[in-house]
Amino acid sequence: MLSRTASDLYWLSRYLERAENSARMLEVSHSMAMMPSGRSAEQELAAPLRVTGAVEEFWTEHSRLNFAELYKFLAWNADHHASIYHCFRRARENAHAVRGRITAEMWETINATWIELNRMRNNPPDLKPFCDWVKERSHLWRGTAYGTLARGDAFHFLRLGTFLERADNSARLLGVKEFDAGDESNSLRDYYQWTALLQALGALEAHQDAYGGRLDSSTVAELLILRSDAPRSLRACVEEINTILSQIRGPQGRRAKGIAKTLLAQLEFGSIEEFQQDGLTLFLENFLETIHSIGDEIRQSYLEAV
Amino acid sequence: MSTVLPPPKGVFDEMMLDANTPRTAYRSYHTWLAKVAEQELRSKRSEAELLFQRVGITFAVYGEEEGAERLIPFDFVPRIIPAEEWRLLEAGLKQRVAALNAFLKDIYGEQAIIKAGIVPADNVLCNAQYQIAMQGIKLFRDIYAHIAGIDLIRHSDGNYYVLEDNLRVPSGVSYMLENRKMMMRLFPDLFAEHRIAPVEHYPNLLLKTLRESSPVEDPTVVVLTPGRYNSAYFEHAFLAREMGVTLVEGQDLFIKNEKLYMRTTTGPRQINVIYRRLDDAFMDPLAFRSDSMLGVPGLLSVYRAGNVILSNAIGTGVADDKSMYPHVPDMIKFYLSEEPILHNVPTWCLRKPEDFAYVDAHLAELVVKEVHGAGGYGMLVGPAATKEEIEHFRGLIHRNPQNYIAQPTLSLSTCPTLVEEGIAPRHIDLRPFVLSGKETRIVPGGLTRVALKKGSLVVNSSQGGGTKDTWVLMEESSAKENGEESLPC
Repeated sequence: MLSRTASDLYWLSRYLERAENSARMLEVSHSMAMMPSGRSAEQELAAPLRVTGAVEEFWTEHSRLNFAELYKFLAWNADHHASIYHCFRRARENAHAVRGRITAEMWETINATWIELNRMRNNPPDLKPFCDWVKERSHLWRGTAYGTLARGDAFHFLRLGTFLERADNSARLLGVKEFDAGDESNSLRDYYQWTALLQALGALEAHQDAYGGRLDSSTVAELLILRSDAPRSLRACVEEINTILSQIRGPQGRRAKGIAKTLLAQLEFGSIEEFQQDGLTLFLENFLETIHSIGDEIRQSYLEAV
Repeated sequence: MSTVLPPPKGVFDEMMLDANTPRTAYRSYHTWLAKVAEQELRSKRSEAELLFQRVGITFAVYGEEEGAERLIPFDFVPRIIPAEEWRLLEAGLKQRVAALNAFLKDIYGEQAIIKAGIVPADNVLCNAQYQIAMQGIKLFRDIYAHIAGIDLIRHSDGNYYVLEDNLRVPSGVSYMLENRKMMMRLFPDLFAEHRIAPVEHYPNLLLKTLRESSPVEDPTVVVLTPGRYNSAYFEHAFLAREMGVTLVEGQDLFIKNEKLYMRTTTGPRQINVIYRRLDDAFMDPLAFRSDSMLGVPGLLSVYRAGNVILSNAIGTGVADDKSMYPHVPDMIKFYLSEEPILHNVPTWCLRKPEDFAYVDAHLAELVVKEVHGAGGYGMLVGPAATKEEIEHFRGLIHRNPQNYIAQPTLSLSTCPTLVEEGIAPRHIDLRPFVLSGKETRIVPGGLTRVALKKGSLVVNSSQGGGTKDTWVLMEESSAKENGEESLPC
């Protein structure tokens, strides 16, 4: 496959995954902000900005943070790199460049999404129906890709983009909760925050299955970091990255494969207590750095190959 | 109930013989049309537009915001060509393209036609489209234009005329294919009622032709596009997809040891055939325009070494140039010793003083075209132009006469078309696509373009033209034969 095509496919799915994650984040901060709590709603609302690294960018353009502003910024701001609108635009541009390489049904799915998004933009719907729509389109895209695309390198690079982006986004989301946890443990507010985090990562049901009624920082962290049964957990993402890298044809990418294997071993054989001793924040920082270096290696060995 | 508005006097209408009687080929369609409510047709059309938008069958318009995409209006009243008419067209097209390829081989070789005094030497050698780099290169199978698009019109006398030959990078075939797909989706019943020759195997024939263009046994074929902002990008991606070959841009390619490679995730891969959708001038910055980033530096040397096939070859433009067009009937006689089957439109070459004098005196009645113009840009339609426009053009032809040709204002045939006022006659032309490989192949029909403005003769999509599905009706006996022809390669 052409390196440029591989790159377009990889970024296409990274942007779509980012759009979905932005929608998930928005949804959770929405419900968190409606909760009575000791903290100001503004603090809750700032979380998505911290996750996407957009706090400064937001405040240069806005003088106050309320829900409507946050929604406008994270969903519709055409320039913000994690806004849903921006992500869909970039995804569609990438898809346009490779429309001969994906199936007609995949192209139609993403093109129709883009057309509808622009139609909505004139008169944006409420946040909740909008986030539902974004997730639906994301599911539809995934379903179309799984259901129609040949299991070759095009498929592998698409999935590689998805899981690299997801690993990054999940780790960032976890990081925010850590930062927020404060000292009071297992308070009612904490309970709701953990629940919200699980919801954002689509792991509420998985948590119930795994731990029954028990819910505290350790169970949540264990599920979302070390267990592979929740499809958005760090370990699940890293497992996928490893599998996909081994499926891509050719001898390239040795370093990417090496780093990914080492990271997987760390998750497979580590325990949550161990990580908590050094602090989860530090662990997550290291994790993000490792994911980024895998991304760099992938870029060098496949996407810019000479 | 839909009524078909009658065609203007003195125009050949494809559907109607007179105000009430349809031609034989349209009889069954006309009956069907009379039964359908116009409202239903309009709602079908909205449905089609939504689908086209969704599928992204669009073209970019130059001069508009970058990335602006527009739909080419699609009209679903088909242009129907009876079998016996198509037989004649097909024979005429094959003959014409064979002569044009023979001409290209000749002028880049021994130049017999110049020596025989049939085509003036300066018209060839001083032509901007003549590529000296091609002189003396022997091409595999002697084919220069593997893909040709020949524009035909039907005059009020009922005869078809060739309006121009397109031997560089003719486009539009994707619309032919998508229009057919759309028609079958919207009106399946019509396809059961009519015996319509299939066109869907075009990409198969194209791939076959491209593979045959190379002496390599199992050649790697790619489609070269200028990129996603090109007006015909949809078509490039579409054809690559349909043929199952890689769509490349210049930046994906590089040259090593006089061979051409593409950068892939598994390392470099050699390319044998390029179906290029890029003009000569942009192919190689070392040989042609040095400011072009779209091609590959050094490509021409690889080509000259015979290590890659370009399809079409470099320098084919000299044969489809409007100043060469008047000579095509002579080429047919000279190379094939045959009488031309398809007529040329009478043409005045302004480079000839006597022709210039005539045109200068009759500017308001004539169509004047730039020799190298395309896409309906840079032309004057005398009868439709204002005084100022005519005088402006007079200035242009006086300054640079050899840059222009003139033709009588032809009466293009009309075909009923759904527009604001109802189903009204609009002028159309036809572009069949001729593929030259081991044999010459043409899918029945081609792309019918329609001028949507009342009375307009300009059918180009860049000037607000639309397209129609083209049906070639099959004879009972030929059905089986055609079925076999359409098997995938």
